[in-house]
Amino acid sequence: MVRAPSLALKRPSVLPGFGLSLGFTLVYLSLIVLIPLAGLVLKTAELGPAEIVHIITDRRTVAALKLSFGAAFVAAAINAVFGVLVAWVLVRYRFPGRRLFDAFVDLPFALPTAVAGISLTALYAPNGWIGSLLAPFGIKIAYTPVGVVIALVFVGLPFVVRTVQPVLEEFDREIEEAAATLGAGRWKVIARVMLPSLTPAILTGFALALARAVGEYGSVIFIAGNIPYVSEIAPLLIVIRLQEFDYSGATAVALAMLVISFGILLAINFIQAWNRRRYRND
Amino acid sequence: MTDALLPANLNLPLHAGRPVTSETPFVRWLLIGIAVLFMIVFLLMPLITVFGEAFASGVGAYFDAISEHDAWAAIKLTLLVAAIAVPANLVFGVAAAWAIAKFNFRGKSIINTLIDLPFSVSPVISGLIYVLLFGARGFLGPWLDRNGVQIIFAVPGIVLATIFVTFPFVARELVPLMQEQGKLDEEAALSLGAGGFRTFMRVTLPNIKWALLYGVLLCNARAMGEFGAVSVVSGHIRGQTDTMPLHIEVLYNDFSYGAAFAVASLLALLALVTLAVKTALEWRYADELAAQRRH
Amino acid sequence: MDAPVRIAMKYGLREAHRPPPSPTWGLPVDVSIENVARAFGETPALNGVSLSILSGELVALLGPSGSGKTTLLRILAGLDVPTAGRVLFGEEDALKLTVQQRHVGFVFQNYALFRHMTVFDNIGFGLSVQPLRRRPAKAEIRTRVMELLDLVQLSGLEKRYPSQLSGGQRQRVALARALAIEPRILLLDEPFGALDAKVRRELRRWLREIHDRTGHTTVFVTHDQEEAIELADRIVVLNKGLIEQVGTPDEIYDRPASPFVASFIGETNALPVNYESGRLYLDDRPLEIGSGSGPDGPRMLVFRPHDIELLASRPGGIAGRVIAERRHGAVRRLEMEIGMRRHRIEIDVPADHPKTRKGDRISVLPSRWWLFDAPRAGA
Repeated sequence: MVRAPSLALKRPSVLPGFGLSLGFTLVYLSLIVLIPLAGLVLKTAELGPAEIVHIITDRRTVAALKLSFGAAFVAAAINAVFGVLVAWVLVRYRFPGRRLFDAFVDLPFALPTAVAGISLTALYAPNGWIGSLLAPFGIKIAYTPVGVVIALVFVGLPFVVRTVQPVLEEFDREIEEAAATLGAGRWKVIARVMLPSLTPAILTGFALALARAVGEYGSVIFIAGNIPYVSEIAPLLIVIRLQEFDYSGATAVALAMLVISFGILLAINFIQAWNRRRYRND
Repeated sequence: MTDALLPANLNLPLHAGRPVTSETPFVRWLLIGIAVLFMIVFLLMPLITVFGEAFASGVGAYFDAISEHDAWAAIKLTLLVAAIAVPANLVFGVAAAWAIAKFNFRGKSIINTLIDLPFSVSPVISGLIYVLLFGARGFLGPWLDRNGVQIIFAVPGIVLATIFVTFPFVARELVPLMQEQGKLDEEAALSLGAGGFRTFMRVTLPNIKWALLYGVLLCNARAMGEFGAVSVVSGHIRGQTDTMPLHIEVLYNDFSYGAAFAVASLLALLALVTLAVKTALEWRYADELAAQRRH
Repeated sequence: MDAPVRIAMKYGLREAHRPPPSPTWGLPVDVSIENVARAFGETPALNGVSLSILSGELVALLGPSGSGKTTLLRILAGLDVPTAGRVLFGEEDALKLTVQQRHVGFVFQNYALFRHMTVFDNIGFGLSVQPLRRRPAKAEIRTRVMELLDLVQLSGLEKRYPSQLSGGQRQRVALARALAIEPRILLLDEPFGALDAKVRRELRRWLREIHDRTGHTTVFVTHDQEEAIELADRIVVLNKGLIEQVGTPDEIYDRPASPFVASFIGETNALPVNYESGRLYLDDRPLEIGSGSGPDGPRMLVFRPHDIELLASRPGGIAGRVIAERRHGAVRRLEMEIGMRRHRIEIDVPADHPKTRKGDRISVLPSRWWLFDAPRAGA
């Protein structure tokens, strides 16, 4: 049976509803996504590169971008390390409450960011449960960049755990046994045989956590302190500019965020592709 | 690492020694301890804090806070927005999955990329794009103003922003699943004489029902809890354009901490219910969920 | 003292305080298995097996699945612990050693290669994880790895990754990797089970050559009797956790110790006969074949389809009717119904034998046969 050429207008299959479903999909996407995005593109064009660069290199903007990306990196790195640990413990060991903890790992996905934001602040404020433990040592968390990092660790926690878990679950025990028969002690087996094969998953999780942390708003603005040049995150700067009706300023900052994020994700994609070439799954 | 095994002429119990592929009990429990401590500090304590602070001034104060006029308005608005956004996104998800999974056409990957877009964009930017279009100084602002249509700083803007942020959830669950399921069942039904709609209701829907429920669950949780995007478009008019998350912010900035946490506790409760149902679905229907452990 | 050891001692690293390598490091040893048993909860996988393997021997553990052969192999490797018994490598109590200390080479059925490492790194792994004191220099590791690549005929592939190799190549890398540490004993768990028939046959021949060249004490597990017969110096037949017979391939094939062994190696027929006063009776008719020994009573007569003579028309044979026939390689295989109780046997006759139609009556006598005790009811 000869297939009709795949033009959207011809009926490419015997099933009904093609026009309806694709039509609806395209209309919906246009209204909700494409047209608003076009607004962003138009505004960018309106600004012109010189103006954009001028706004971006403003000291306040630079400080905000550095905080957003810097804190996101640190938080994603913390999540990379502890995420592997949590995934390992959940997959390889049995202990009371394991299934409950496993379910709770997804809490940051389900909990609204504002709720997380105020409760993290309450926890780490000088009179909070954790904040009060650290205050005598002169360690301040809430209203400082450290608070931002803590909030971003919460937000990104599930990503590395959930990308590493399936890989660990499917890991072939025989490989560990083989390494042991060849004389490698337990730690060498983990370091030289298991962790390297987890690296792609860890990288993916790291990238997802990073992307999420960079744009995070609700969880962070309560604990951040929001002092310009010090503890002000980039999304907050966008909001402030909008409140000032400085659409251009807001757009420029948003563009900077998008471009830098895109660059980071591209870099991570390259690393992953390089990794994949070594595996070349059959 | 030396690990002496017992001499074998003892009558060894079942789990004598330990398998080569595991660590010493000390190491195991140390790792478990660290991981559990990490999860308690970062996951459980914030959760407990919400409820702790909510009830800190007693149960009476709690119910007062929830039933207070502006709080109640925020609850109603949140429910309204979700009631619009979730069904709309449900229909979209089904339509998109139907189109992508059952037909061949060019541009599928573009659609897939667009569907994933909201996840790669900060919620604030999601709100920004609507302000750029419909805001007072936006491209359509003047025209809207002339015609008396309020989108930004009004409910329609909130609905739009929420839809944007949550439309991927149902689609992302259904598209891979329906692609994997193929067209055979539907084609068989058609060849037996069933019409398009009936085929969908009797053949397709049962196959995707758990993934559908899962997607709706996540969509709803996000729709009710969205903060960043809604904050940008809402204008924060108390009693009118404040959703629950925004109202929490308002209360918090007013130093009404107890009230803020009281409202927050409702959303936290929703989160727990979402988690419970989500986990139950994952445990029982792992095969019928396309994206079991990825987000 | 060489540099790594000096540095290790200066910084008080643990490696420096390791005991010196055992004197038998690298030299093939005798293996002595004494009454080893392994139970998993209530189910016994091994029921007390004893075996001694001479240094340099190539031994096959042969049996159906569930016979305990893999369990025994893993106990030798240290990947499993017996619930009773002793294992000695030479004079040394192997059960007191961890896997890492046992110094055995293990080759898995599914290769278990390290996917993220090149062929070179896989083979050199065992050498590179040695504690500083014993670790050879990089150049030496390189030489050894290249030698081994040569031995397994994979020179030139050292930079490839396992996913870029065929199944047969992967198994050869697995073997080279196990050989790299100069093991005292080489253990292979159904090494060719995951490969297709042609590759399996090639690798069998090749493994025998390697063994002859390197002289390692080698134990391999298989359920394929053809493989065991072709490769092994001695075969250990296991069934349900017990050793049924140990012997050379000829002994196992020509002088099976039990009906199980006879039927596991090659095809067999089994007929219940009666032994009375020095003669054998089938359905009360005497059989004109040698005699047995021992008390009167029922026995099992076991013989192979091709070990028969056709009798023209003489009494004293196994007589019956042909009920089916088919071509079987170079011969014709007949299925016969014997006697009143309608026992069925299969025999091979030359392809051009005249009397090969259904319904024909023929009479045969086994030219080689074994007599076993009749199985107890329910066995």
